[in-house]
Amino acid sequence: MKNKADNSMEIIFDAKSENESFARVVAAAFCTRLDPTVEEIADIKTAVSEAVTNSIVHGYDGREGQILMRCSIVDRDVIIEIEDEGVGIENVERAMEPLYTTKPEQERSGMGFSFMEAFMDELKVTSGKNSGTTVTMKKRIGVEN
Amino acid sequence: METAKSPAKEEWSENKHTDYIYMVSGNRLVVSMNAELDHHLADEMRDVIDNVIDERGVRHLIFDFSKIGFMDSSGIGLIMGRYKKLKDIGSISIAGANESIQRIILISGLHKLVHTYDDIGQAAKNIEK
Repeated sequence: MKNKADNSMEIIFDAKSENESFARVVAAAFCTRLDPTVEEIADIKTAVSEAVTNSIVHGYDGREGQILMRCSIVDRDVIIEIEDEGVGIENVERAMEPLYTTKPEQERSGMGFSFMEAFMDELKVTSGKNSGTTVTMKKRIGVEN
Repeated sequence: METAKSPAKEEWSENKHTDYIYMVSGNRLVVSMNAELDHHLADEMRDVIDNVIDERGVRHLIFDFSKIGFMDSSGIGLIMGRYKKLKDIGSISIAGANESIQRIILISGLHKLVHTYDDIGQAAKNIEK
């Protein structure tokens, strides 16, 4: 991430559920110059969707707020940061456990972070109580794993 | 139990944005999505589906994915919730899921709970058996 980005963009949008599809389509479109496969595009869309949904459902919990999405390309890496100024996560490690959810009554599956981990190469979550959450994800495009 | 205002038995009902349509036929409900199945659409559909299940005595629910190419973990939550509701009296089927959606179904373990078919025709035929 310290390398200078070859290309970058950022957008700020309202924490509304109708913007979930907007965010994942923008992120996917930004990556297209790396000529990703259909599967890689699906991976990025899913990961972005999960992170943005988390900000809306958990970070802001229905309250008004804004989400910042920053995307950059360094060599063949796509780096996507999703940042909110919501309530934050007290225990990040626990939140990242598969199937763990604080909102079972809203039918949250508890798979959000697991999907981000599964579909991206790197995932970092920075958060704390009342200090918002930043999810940073990285994926190498066009390289067989 | 049909009232005068209810749609005919085989009529498709569309919501105002047509993000999805549904059809009830006997004890079978087919929900066909036209928009990507995320948290936004899941929230929009949840209560509608549950009301139709309760009011029309639905036992078998088929989700038709043939027109969409994306689902995230919110979709998993929606399907799991309906599975819990119907598991003792009926079944949940998924029809027409593309490769990306099938991958999500596999990773989440949902394939162990629901039936998957290539299209709604095949799903309906298997439910009749």
